[in-house]
Amino acid sequence: MKTSKEFTNENYLDYVKHIAPKTKQKRTIFHAFWVGGLICSIGQGFRMALESVFNLKGDELSAYVSMIMIFLGAFLTGLGVYDRIGKYAGGGSIVPITGFANSVVSPAMEFKTEGYVYGTAAKMFVVAGPIIVFGIASSVLIGLIYFVGYRIF
Amino acid sequence: MKRTIFFNNKPKIIGCSAVAGPKESSGSIKDYIQIKLLDDMFGEKTFEKAETKMLFSAIKDCFFSAKKSESEVDAIISGDLLNQIIASTFSARNFSCGYVGVYNACATFTEALTLGAMMIDGGYFNNVVCATSSHFSSAERQYRYPLELGSTRPPQSQWTVTGAGASLISRNGEGPKIISATIGKVVDFGVLDANNMGAAMAAAAANTILTHFIDCKITNNEYDLIVTGDLGTLGSRIVKDLLWEKGFDIEKQHVDCGELIYSIKEDEYQGGSGAGCSSVVFNSYLMDKLKKKKLNKILLVATGALLSSVSSQQGESIPSIAHAVAVES
Repeated sequence: MKTSKEFTNENYLDYVKHIAPKTKQKRTIFHAFWVGGLICSIGQGFRMALESVFNLKGDELSAYVSMIMIFLGAFLTGLGVYDRIGKYAGGGSIVPITGFANSVVSPAMEFKTEGYVYGTAAKMFVVAGPIIVFGIASSVLIGLIYFVGYRIF
Repeated sequence: MKRTIFFNNKPKIIGCSAVAGPKESSGSIKDYIQIKLLDDMFGEKTFEKAETKMLFSAIKDCFFSAKKSESEVDAIISGDLLNQIIASTFSARNFSCGYVGVYNACATFTEALTLGAMMIDGGYFNNVVCATSSHFSSAERQYRYPLELGSTRPPQSQWTVTGAGASLISRNGEGPKIISATIGKVVDFGVLDANNMGAAMAAAAANTILTHFIDCKITNNEYDLIVTGDLGTLGSRIVKDLLWEKGFDIEKQHVDCGELIYSIKEDEYQGGSGAGCSSVVFNSYLMDKLKKKKLNKILLVATGALLSSVSSQQGESIPSIAHAVAVES
């Protein structure tokens, strides 16, 4: 039995690649830049406001800002607005923390029809799961490097 | 080896019906669609239930348009894109007729038509319904991402049609006749990108069309229209190129259901796809033209990408298939 690789027709694939429409990179990068920048500026706005009004500092301040941004991301997902922002901005709205909120809330909403346990709860991390896994794994790795480096030098 | 069947008794398509979602109902074939939905949930709680109801409504309306009662219909042959073809089976449980479930992804409609025509032509059955459905939202959640996830679609991607279509084929009666059919072969040129199904399916479409021409000893001029299922803009160009290379120029006759169904505004990009795409276009627009004799002879070639989310994640390429059915007014 032949495998997928043995079926590959390089000529055909080259031809398809040649005539397939390309992503309009300049435009999509510009969209991502200004929307992503705007989201970060809003975050920074909240940071400055919390700093001056409630006099918050350091870790506490960043935790509150993150909470506000996550709430906004989740809220806009619930309203059905965030997917439209995402369509326009691409990476610009995926990379900030609001995008993370969107990736958790959207499957939770989508799979509600299969029940709260097997649907919402079980499928909630379908998209965000890898981010969490690799986020934790890399933080452990960096922590170890830091620990070892700190002991030696 | 034989892949083309000639039907001696020429089974007739005596009834047809198409149900389409809001986006499809405002597209370029809106005036021909029999049942237009204002809401893609169709008053149901889930997208799967909505798809089931669409298919059920298409079959029911098809009985009505053929002026046949449920007891006169011998079998329903249907399929869809959902896992274990639940939209088909769940809609079939409402009918007392026999049921045959089929799956060939987006090529299911012509597969069902071919099988139905064989049953009629062989003299086993008198009336058979062939139907398929697909739903954008139920397909998205099965094959791609949740609807509310803010992701972008690449420019090669297509948009799954929300719709269902059904045709009633009969031994007797008045209507366009099925004269021949060519069974598809699974073709794989090693396309890996699940977002570029048009390129994968074009190879299968070219193979089937070419086999049909050779087996019938005809050229492209035999048909008023050569209608492919859901190749999209890119796939259509490829199929024309591939056939041109073999000496058949189908530029003038070729049209693609996926290109036809939407007036492309948002991000449908290449056009429509899905099992419902060819059946909605055939049972509304094409059947109307055939009945009015504006079209005399067409070749419907529905194309299907036979991938699953598991196979693409395991790095497999996309095998494709296309079945052709020739219909005469």
